[in-house]
Formats: sequence, structure tokens, C-alpha cells
Amino acid sequence: MNDERENILGRIREALRLPAPVPGAHERQSAHPVSEREAAVHIPEWLPSVGVTFEERIALFQKNAAELKAQFVLLDGAEQLASQLREIAAAEGWKKVATHANELAECAANSLGLPVVRTDSGYDVHELESCDAGISTCEALVAQTGSVLVTSKSSGGRALSILPPHHVVIARREQLIADLPAAFALIKAKYGPENYPSLISFITGPSRTGDIERILVLGAHGPKKLTILCV
Amino acid sequence: MSTTPAAAEFKRDATTLTKDLRHRSLIRTALKKYEIARDSKKALFQDWQSARQTAAEIKWDAINHLDTHLADFARNLEARGTRVHWASNAEQAREIILTIVREKKASAIVKSKVMTGEEIHLNEALEKEGFEVVESDLGEFIVQLRKEPPYHFVFPAMHLTRGQISETFAKELGSAPTDSPEELTMIARRVLRGKYVTADIGISGANFGIAETGMISITENEGNARLTCALPKVHIALMGIEKILPKFEDLALFLPMLGTAGAGQTLTGYNSMYGGPRQPGETDGPEEFHVVLLDNKRTTLMADPEQRDALHCMRCGACLNVCPIYKNVGGHTYGTTYQGPIGSVITPHLRGLQQWKHLSFASSLCGGCTQACPVKIDLHHHLLQSRRNAIAQRPVWWEKIAFRALSYLFNHAGLFSLGMKLGRIGQIFHPLVKATRIDPAHAWTQSRELPKVAPETFREWWQHRK
Repeated sequence: MNDERENILGRIREALRLPAPVPGAHERQSAHPVSEREAAVHIPEWLPSVGVTFEERIALFQKNAAELKAQFVLLDGAEQLASQLREIAAAEGWKKVATHANELAECAANSLGLPVVRTDSGYDVHELESCDAGISTCEALVAQTGSVLVTSKSSGGRALSILPPHHVVIARREQLIADLPAAFALIKAKYGPENYPSLISFITGPSRTGDIERILVLGAHGPKKLTILCV
Repeated sequence: MSTTPAAAEFKRDATTLTKDLRHRSLIRTALKKYEIARDSKKALFQDWQSARQTAAEIKWDAINHLDTHLADFARNLEARGTRVHWASNAEQAREIILTIVREKKASAIVKSKVMTGEEIHLNEALEKEGFEVVESDLGEFIVQLRKEPPYHFVFPAMHLTRGQISETFAKELGSAPTDSPEELTMIARRVLRGKYVTADIGISGANFGIAETGMISITENEGNARLTCALPKVHIALMGIEKILPKFEDLALFLPMLGTAGAGQTLTGYNSMYGGPRQPGETDGPEEFHVVLLDNKRTTLMADPEQRDALHCMRCGACLNVCPIYKNVGGHTYGTTYQGPIGSVITPHLRGLQQWKHLSFASSLCGGCTQACPVKIDLHHHLLQSRRNAIAQRPVWWEKIAFRALSYLFNHAGLFSLGMKLGRIGQIFHPLVKATRIDPAHAWTQSRELPKVAPETFREWWQHRK
């Protein structure tokens, strides 16, 4: 199909020989020619505002999470984390959980005293599907949107954060970042340009649908519950 | 206007549906909910108008240098083990996908929402060869069971009530009737869970393609695309060539704009970027990742610089949701893959101007679509341009005569005032023929009142004023 590549690129070049009016021309607004990357510099100034201090940002994350129907709990240290997790496990009657190699996540999962499936070195899909919860870490928490940023490298692969009915995210306070531009900058600095994980995903609340009469239902295909435990 | 079969169908369906009050109230209720959510999320932006301008400029750059961006996109994907395929038309795209599917001897295929798939009739092609294809997006799953096309390219099952959905599930899946949206969703969840785990191939679309890093980005709420791209051994993504964004960080603007304009969410539930098949050191993900790039006349639209910005579209559906025509005639009436104002603009380019020109006339030109568009596509002016182009290409003889007569009338004051007088007399007798076949205003008076001719013209009033 290599010749189609040349055909398509050829048609594009042919089409672009006539210049198009610059954007906003029909509104007679700042109809200046577009210079390469000037446009993107101001993105943070247009997006929803985020506070400057840690307290403001954590409060914003908390508010967004509540609106999204995700649980967010701020904890002090590994002790509290383990006891919080045990409480949830008991309340929901978990029988089996899944996690991946990570000090914080594994330590918390092990303290439950339940069978633990690890996704690090190959796993059985049916086994993972039958777990009551997937416990993973993340790359960052985004205050602006209440999102959890995960990647296939940080969070035990692609399926751990989407297949079990309850996704528990374990995050550290310093992982809270302000906004979406900061999230993309973080991924770029950490992995770019050659080592990007094959999946990068912003998880914003539990799985949801409004496809039936625009009525919100949680747990359409992915997790019905999303819990974020922050130490 | 000469009538094509597509235009005749449009007129017939629009006439039926505009009279269907139940349908209209269903759509209005759904869109009212959308409107409230969208406005509250839009208000969170520090500057929505500047965000629109910036988004338009980034997309302008992407489309007007598409040859370089597309080459970069493909090269960066290939560098990490993705197979990139190029398809000039629907047939080639179907053949590329069928070849992969045949080679893998696939027994089950799970699909997340792919509008380009609707465009090339992918499901029909796969099913014809005996492959089972399951739509996993809840709305798409429902319309697939009902053998209907999507009603709206963002909300595919918006036209159905829970009662109708329950009936469909009972008939096709044998589930017990229920009127709870939650239970209905759980029925679909149970059925589809089994499919993800057993499917050999996952097919997805792409909302954006990032040239700089060689990634596709998928936006969804349900997690069905996440599962489709996680479990099957092969992932095929079908993407229109216009979906390109130059830089990775451009998504920081486009993802919240798509969520806000599309469904009234600051960010949609899952926004995921895929840069390849499973990479060394990763625990899961598909062994093969194929990206199929589809032209299918997009370059024809591109060759019209006046309307090239229609390729900026990110299919958020905001223009449909505000369109008075869409709200009244409904999504199926268009008979197109892409409905509403954006569909009316691009379909004549993708499928033929003369065949689809009627869509440019199905507009009140209120400009609501242009205002709603997050990337500032000049939609309602494009509809006017399409009208002009269609008439220039194939003039209508009787319209030409009528306009010449009208121009003669307007240029002769005596004749004009005689006409006004005749109109005043004529309207006295109008009720005798009103709304019947011999009524000259028949098309209008069937469901509307004709405005009354004023008892005195402005000229007369001016002459007689004290």
C-alpha cells in the first residue's frame, strides 16, 4: 500500500497549493497569519483556573473528585493507608485483588491478607477479571480536572486499571499537579522522545454512560468505583 | 431545485418527523440536559473565546501543513512497531482491515466507537465474510441490535426511550424487561464483558493523531475503548487523515474542549493515547497495532480553500446540539454518516454536491452552529457557499426566470406599487384556496399562516404623514 501513501500525500500537496483564509477571518478577529507555535503558548491562561498553593489545589481536586463520584481520601503514611484499604475490603467483601510491583501498592495489597494477582509478568485475563479490585499507582493527579494520570509503565499495564470493578489508586501528595499542560510536560520530560509508554490515560471518574435518555449510570464497562488514596 | 432521490427521502422523513411531537420532546429534553451541563463547564474556562481561537489556529496549522505532519505521524508510529496503512477510499480501507482479520483467522471482533467505520460500512463488510463484530459502546450496541444507523455521532441512541431499549434487549438478548437505565446498562455490561475477554481483534477509531510523538488519542466515557485496546491480541485503529494535531501538548487544550463542547464535561471519562503495540518491558497490550489512514475524499474538501476549515472538525457534535433543524428533523433524516450542520457541509464534498446539495438548503442560517463550534468552523457561511456552488454548477432555469422577473418588478416603481395593491386585494380571496393544491403559497400555508399585507405601504404612509 506504499503507493497509496504517495497518492494521498500528493493529493494533499496539490490541494494545499491554494492558501486558505486564516482562522477567525470570518469574525474579523485577530486575522493574523498563524506563526508556527505561538498559538499554544497561552493554553494555560484559557483553561479552568487552578489555585497556586498546595492546599488550594488539593481542595480543587477533592471538589472535582466528589462531582465525578470518585472517592478521594487524604491519609497520613503507610499505616493509615493499609487500614483504610482493609476497611474498604471488609465493607465490600473483597475476595481477591490485583496489583503490580510497586512498594506502596504491593505493601497495601499484601496487608489485606487476600489472594493477590500480580500483572507484572504476564497474567491470565480471566483471573484478573475475577478480581474485586485493581490496586495501582499513578503518574500524577491533575487538580484542574480531578483526573488520575496513568501509563502502562506506572500502573501495571493496560488492563489493571480498567478490568476489575473497583479501581483503587494509590498516590503520593507530591504527585498532585496543577493542570493539563503540566501533565503533558511531565510525561514528555519523563519519557520523551523515545520511551513513551504504549498507553497514557487520563482517568476522570469511574466508568460512566449517559446513552440511555442521557441519565448518568456508573460502571458501563470499566470500574464502577474509583477510589483515590493519597498519602 | 431538481430533486434527487436523497433529497426526496430527506423531505419525506423530515415531514413525518417534524409532526412527531413525542420524538421532538424526547430530543429536546436530552439536549436541554446537555445545554445546562455544557454551559456550566464552559463557564469554568478562564477564556473560552481565546481557547477557540487558539484551537482554530492549531488546527489551521495542522491542516495547512498536513503533508509534513502526516508523514511525521506515520514515521513516529512505525519507529515503535506500529504498522501504518494508507487508504485512498472506502474500498481500500475495508480491504486492508479484512486482510488483517483473515490472516489472524479471527473468530470474534470487538469494536469501540468508529465513525469512519460507519463511513466505509465496515461492519457489513466483516459480517459478509462471516466475522462476528460486536459494538461495545452502549449506544452503538443498542442501535446495532436494532439494525439502525447511529442517530447522532456522539449520542447514537438518543432517539430511544428506556422502554424501547428494554424491548430490544428482551427480544435480542432474552433479558427480563426493566425500566431502569441502570439495569439496562448492567445487562449490556454482562454481555460485553464476555466479548472483550474472548475477542481476537479490537477495532477502534481515533479522535486525534499526534504527529510529534506518533500516537492516537481516544476519548470515551465508558471504558469500552480502553478494554478494546487492552485485551485482544491485535488492535486496528481507523482514522481520517484530518485528525492530526502537531504537538503532544496540543491535547492539553483539545481534550477539555472536546469534553466541554461534546458532552458538557471538563474532561471525558477516559482520554487515552496509544503509541504502539506492547513495548519491551510492558506486561500486556496487543502484539500488533495497525493504524489505517483514510482519505475517502477528504483531499477533495481540502482542495476547496474556502471550506478547508471544515477539516478542523473534531466531531464533538456541538453544532448538531444547537441546530434547530437537527432538533426537529432528527438524525436519521439526514441519511448521512455525519449529521447536522457539519454533515451538511462535508457530505457534498465527500459524496457529491448535486446529490447532497439539498442539505445546504435545510438550514435557517441562524449561525448557531458557527458560534457553538469550538474550532471556529464557519459552518453557516459554508452552507451558503455550497448553495452558490451547486447553482453555479447546474443552474435551475425556472429560478433564473423568476429572479429576472422579480428584479424587473423591483426596478419599476409603478409596477411595484401595482403589485402591492393587487396583493392587498388578492389576500381577501386567499382563504378560499388556502392550503389547497391551487394555493400559490401551498408549501408554506400547509402548516403556517401567511403574514398579512399591511393596509398601507411605507411609501403611502410617508406621503400622507402630517
